[in-house]
Parts: sequence; structure tokens; C-alpha cells
Amino acid sequence: MKCDLCDKPAVVHEVSINNGVKKEVHLCLEHAQAAGLSIPGQQPINQLLKKFVVGQASAPEAKRCERCGSTFSQIRQTNLIGCPDCYTTFHEPISSLIEQAQFGSTAHVGRVPNQLHTPTQVELRTRKLLKELDAAVTAEQYERAADLRDRLDKLSTELPNDEHSSGDAS
Amino acid sequence: MNAPIDTIPEHDVVLTTRARLARNLSDQPFLNRASDLQCAHVVRTTQRVMLDVPITDQMVWMDLDELTPLDRSLLVERHLISQNHAESSLHRGVAISGNEQLSIMVNEEDHLRIQVLKSGARLQEAYQELMRVDTILEQHLDFAFHDQWGYLAVCPTNVGTGIRFSVMVHLPALRIANELGKVRRAAKELHLAVRGYYGEGSESTGNIYQVSNQVTLGRSEEDLLEEFATRIIPGLIDYERSAREVLVRSNATLLDDRVHRADSVLRSARLLKLDEAMKLLSRVRLGAALGRLDVPLEAIDQLFVQVQPAHLSQEAGTTLTESDVQSLRASLVRETLSA
Ligand SMILES: [Zn+2]
Ligand SMILES: [Zn+2]
Repeated sequence: MKCDLCDKPAVVHEVSINNGVKKEVHLCLEHAQAAGLSIPGQQPINQLLKKFVVGQASAPEAKRCERCGSTFSQIRQTNLIGCPDCYTTFHEPISSLIEQAQFGSTAHVGRVPNQLHTPTQVELRTRKLLKELDAAVTAEQYERAADLRDRLDKLSTELPNDEHSSGDAS
Repeated sequence: MNAPIDTIPEHDVVLTTRARLARNLSDQPFLNRASDLQCAHVVRTTQRVMLDVPITDQMVWMDLDELTPLDRSLLVERHLISQNHAESSLHRGVAISGNEQLSIMVNEEDHLRIQVLKSGARLQEAYQELMRVDTILEQHLDFAFHDQWGYLAVCPTNVGTGIRFSVMVHLPALRIANELGKVRRAAKELHLAVRGYYGEGSESTGNIYQVSNQVTLGRSEEDLLEEFATRIIPGLIDYERSAREVLVRSNATLLDDRVHRADSVLRSARLLKLDEAMKLLSRVRLGAALGRLDVPLEAIDQLFVQVQPAHLSQEAGTTLTESDVQSLRASLVRETLSA
């Protein structure tokens, strides 16, 4: 990449994002110094990281989680993961974060969701009714919501007779 | 003299035991990546389930966005929501059972934080109740789960079982004997966190400490429960009790002096600062637990909550100045202790 002001190769790349608008400045050594921008080696590293993206002209785009857009460096900085898919997208690096946080443990032992069993008829019907109820309330159809709630009540009294699925992990 | 009859297990040392789970919906991004709409969606879906599926006899749902700061502080003071949950700016809410032992925080750090709180050393019961609720909820909600890492959470410290056990203990004798450093070191070795009365970042007030597990991955719920209920909690209890015995044997006059002075100040003060109240109540609790004062432990535990600022303001029905707060606190304590 060339300097914005001449034909020499750019060594300082400043990227700033303001109100969602990305602004980039690329300058050669002389023009950067003239503009009062420091170059690597003359500035404490943390300032550098904050302000500059320095390096080869074509630094590879960081990999992002397709579902939530997180990059791994964001995850590492905040120690917060973006969504369930991040765990598979960044399997390797997250694996070491987890190992650290969990004093060396790397694999789950214990309870597994019941969903891995097939849901019973009553559960399926309840889920369907809950979805309809949600829609009814959102649409402010209160009579319909009341009716759905009645049907849910009735269904819930059937639960104990259903093949019981009290699934304490054994 | 014998300690007053108290049916709460190990109440002389243990105030409460708690078990909680972190759970996230599989079809929504986690909160730090969720839009306003997505947060609202999480609230609506989970709220629907909590109100319409019978979980306990009575469930109350509260939209935290709509409560006043005072109401939210009340819930924090009762340990029903966390400070972070109270102060967050996201769409969020909480479902609380009628007996206030179960609370389900929606959009705290994870989509769901389910907790069961019992007085005294009743971790087993808290755990059974927690699993019962989780089993009901997962019939209606799909929780994010990974073959290797178990239940997925926002923070790597919560993946796996997502379960955290904690016990709130009163350790005044260990404090007097200067043994708390040892407790902290032992806890660290066992990968346990030690916090104050109001959790993360809160310093211990009234010599009350919360001890909880830090590891949630690689050990089953039952395994962690067993360690907590049969080793960690009894260990803490024994340690504090032997420090109390030493105190009684070697320094009964000093002990009685502290306990009775605290009791007299609390019975006569007209203004009480929060710190002072907590410190003196802690001494009275020690005296009561050793049968040297005739005050029910339960009344003192309630005072620990009722002397907090939001509770006093709510009692008064209006926002109070600091000196009003201190005066109201003092009269509440006087009335309770002379009842
Ligand atoms: Zn140039
Ligand atoms: Zn993601």
C-alpha cells in the first residue's frame, strides 16, 4: 500500500471509526513524522495497539463468528463469548481460555439436556401453545391469549400422567 | 445456659446455602452481542414459560426496566438479584417464587441464572429444587449445549455444569482468633472463592463470608455437591466452632464483655450507621449462638437484611436523609431486640 501523500510505501496505518464511519490514513515514514504520528518503537506498546494498525500492507482479515460477528481478539479482551457458535468457530483458542478458567479441566462431566431425549407429546403441545401465546400477546389479541392460557392450564394437569421424564442426571 | 431452640440446620454458623445454574438459549446470541430486540425476545420467551408453566405454587415476574431503583435495591438486599442485574441497562427481569427461595434472573450475565436459596445448611435440598426447576424449564426452552464443554455460558468460568454452590457463613470467632488468612489460603487451594455479604467485590460486613466453587467443568453436579455438603461446609463449621470453644474456655470474660456491650449499644442507640450495626449485630449473633444472650438467630439474620438502606426507605415509604436512615435503623434494632 502506498502513502496517501506520495508514492513511497506506507508504514503507518491509522484507522479510526467515528459514528460508524471508518476513516483510514496511510503514510510513509517521512509524512508520518511530519504529521506528528509516531512510528513503532517510539511509543509504548499499549498506545500503539490502541491507535495504529501497523504492519504488512495486507494483514489478513481476522476471522469472525458468522452468527454474531465476534473475533477471537474481542473475546479474549473481554473474556466474554458472543454466542453458542463462537465455541465451534474458535474451538482451539477458546479451548485454552476454558482450560485456564477451569483450572485445567477440558471436558464436561454431568447433566445433559433432556432435549436429547425425544420430547413427549404433551411437551410438544405445550411448546406450540407457548409460541402461539407469545404471538397473541405481541399482537395484543388478549381474548385469544386467555383462551390459550386455559388450554395450557389443562395441559399442565395432564403432565404427571404422561410418561414422566424427571431426568436427574444419573 | 443452652442456645435457644433453633430448627434451622447448623444455624449457629451457616446463614444460608445457595445453588445456582447458568443457562443460555441456543437460538439467541449471548447478551454482550445481542441487540435490543434480541434481549427483549429472550425476556418474552422465558417470561412466558415461567408464568405459564407451573414451576411452584406462585411465581411473581418483575420487569426490572420498569421498577424504581429503590425496588431494585430491595431485591439486591434480599439476595434475589445481583447488583449487576440491578444496575444493567438491558431489557431484563426476574421471576421469584412466593416463598422467595427460588429466583430466576433473566438477562443478567447469561440469559438465565436460576438460583435456590435456603436458610441454614440445606444444600442438598437447594440442589434438588434447582434440578427440578431446570428439568421443567428445559422441556420448554432449548439450552445451548456442547458435547465437549457442556452447558455453554457467556464467560468461560461458567461452562460445563454451569452450577455454583455457595454457603454464607458467620465466622466471628475465627476473625477474633486471626485465623481468616488460613481460611482464605485453604479455600484458594480448593479452588473456592471467598466473598463478602453482598458477593463479588463486597468486603465482609458483620464477619459474614460467602464461599463458592470456582470450577464448573470436568466434575459432575453430584460430585461438586458431595464435596460441598460433606467436606467444605462441615469443615468451615468445625473450624469456626472450635475457635468459639477456645474463646469460651480461654477468654470467657472478654467474650461476654464484647457480646453484652454490643447488645447494650444496640438496645440503646438512637442513631446507627450501617457498618456499626452490622458489626454489633455480628457480636450479638455470636453471643446468641453460644447461648450467652437470649436472642433468636433468625431475628438477627432478618435484621442483617432489614437494616440495609433500601429496606429502611421502603419501610418509611419515602426517600430518607442519611440521619433519618440512621435513626430509623436504630429504632428498628431496638424494637426487634426488646421484643
Ligand atoms: Zn509519503
Ligand atoms: Zn458467535
